[in-house]
Amino acid sequence: MNDEASPVKGLLISPIRSGTVIDHITAGEALNVLKILGITGSTTESLSVATNVASHRMEKKDIVKIENRELRKEEVDRIALIAPQAKINIIREYLVVEKKGVEIPKILRGVVRCPNPGCITNTNEPVESTFEVLEKGLHCLYCDWWIKTDIAGHII
Amino acid sequence: MTNHIISIRDYTRRDIDYLLERAGEFDTRTYDRHALEEKLLALLFFEPSTRTRMSFETAMARLGGKSISVDSVEASSIVKGETLADTIRVVSGYADAIVLRHPKEGAARLASEFATVPVINAGDGAGQHPSQTLLDLYTIRQSMPIDGINVGMLGDLRYGRTAHSLAYALSLYGATIHTIAPGGLELPANILHELRERGMEVIQHDDVSDIVAELDVLYVTRIQRERFPDSASYYNVASSYRITPDLLEDVQEHLMVLHPLPRAGEIDSGVDGLPYARYFEQSRNGVPVRMALLHEVMK
Ligand SMILES: [Zn+2]
Repeated sequence: MNDEASPVKGLLISPIRSGTVIDHITAGEALNVLKILGITGSTTESLSVATNVASHRMEKKDIVKIENRELRKEEVDRIALIAPQAKINIIREYLVVEKKGVEIPKILRGVVRCPNPGCITNTNEPVESTFEVLEKGLHCLYCDWWIKTDIAGHII
Repeated sequence: MTNHIISIRDYTRRDIDYLLERAGEFDTRTYDRHALEEKLLALLFFEPSTRTRMSFETAMARLGGKSISVDSVEASSIVKGETLADTIRVVSGYADAIVLRHPKEGAARLASEFATVPVINAGDGAGQHPSQTLLDLYTIRQSMPIDGINVGMLGDLRYGRTAHSLAYALSLYGATIHTIAPGGLELPANILHELRERGMEVIQHDDVSDIVAELDVLYVTRIQRERFPDSASYYNVASSYRITPDLLEDVQEHLMVLHPLPRAGEIDSGVDGLPYARYFEQSRNGVPVRMALLHEVMK
């Protein structure tokens, strides 16, 4: 096994048997990654989170390990919004069986809340917030509002 | 597949030219007065706008169709607690098309997702009002080709959705925009940015008299009193953004002064008799433009 494929060494965070390792998260964004994945204090996943781990590729990075859960493609792609360099490793019996990068989706549904208080998606209507992802930011497809900074702060 | 009219941003120049062309056909006396005879239009107004509603009703009646309508007072009591999505699904079962006016931005987009008949946006919050933009363009085109014209936009350009929407449309015609707005009511930065990205030249001015002589069109919008902390500061600003006959002394002969109406003192009544004043004609043009839209979605 080369270094990339092996479980992260050291005492900070131990290997998992099966589940998902999200590595190379932009330092400081681990908690937002959990938020995107809908993991809160009241969910039952067995989790390990390490922040500001030394990395030769990124200087500092965060790592999240989730036991017994293999992330779906849509979940993974949301992470790209705040951690474009993140790498997802699916682990079975301590081995990396699948390894993928994150890809920024073209359309985000139900991921970020529209900052426009007058937007119809901020009412009790049965629709999800919908943003198109463009180079200069996120564009609300209902009210034309833009989110250009602090995307993490608008995540639902 | 239905055919909704939600935002002017959904249209290419070709689409707009086509609709303006059609409006021209309905502006003659030779159109088919029975074209929508079997059709029923539902007007759902969750916010008052008698003018827009009457204009759609007139357009429908001129094409031989019938309208049913819910005004803002009825709307708020009838649909208490019901989502717009449900109201739209219900009304889709009654009518052949829905005209919607709603206080929330994006309401028409939402309605189009739940409707099984075409939805025409008649204004959603500070958002879009495409039929207004089409009638603005139609009025301009009656006197001059839209390509490359100089358009002054004066008034509340921050909240004025008619100005935003017209600016987007004009960007398809290589027009130049000159903005003249009171402090704090300037064109929002993201709109300015997008217009420039579309290749449009947008020039900001402090005083309308600096630029008025070069304009082909002067588009005046209402400065809303509620945007100001007190009436003194409102009057202060309002009086310096006022079009008077004196101001129009050295303008181009073909200058057109437009206003989506109602006006609140931005245009002196002394201007009404000058050949530049085209706002009542503009308002009247709402009918052929809306006839074209109704015919387009229900034919
Ligand atoms: Zn929005």
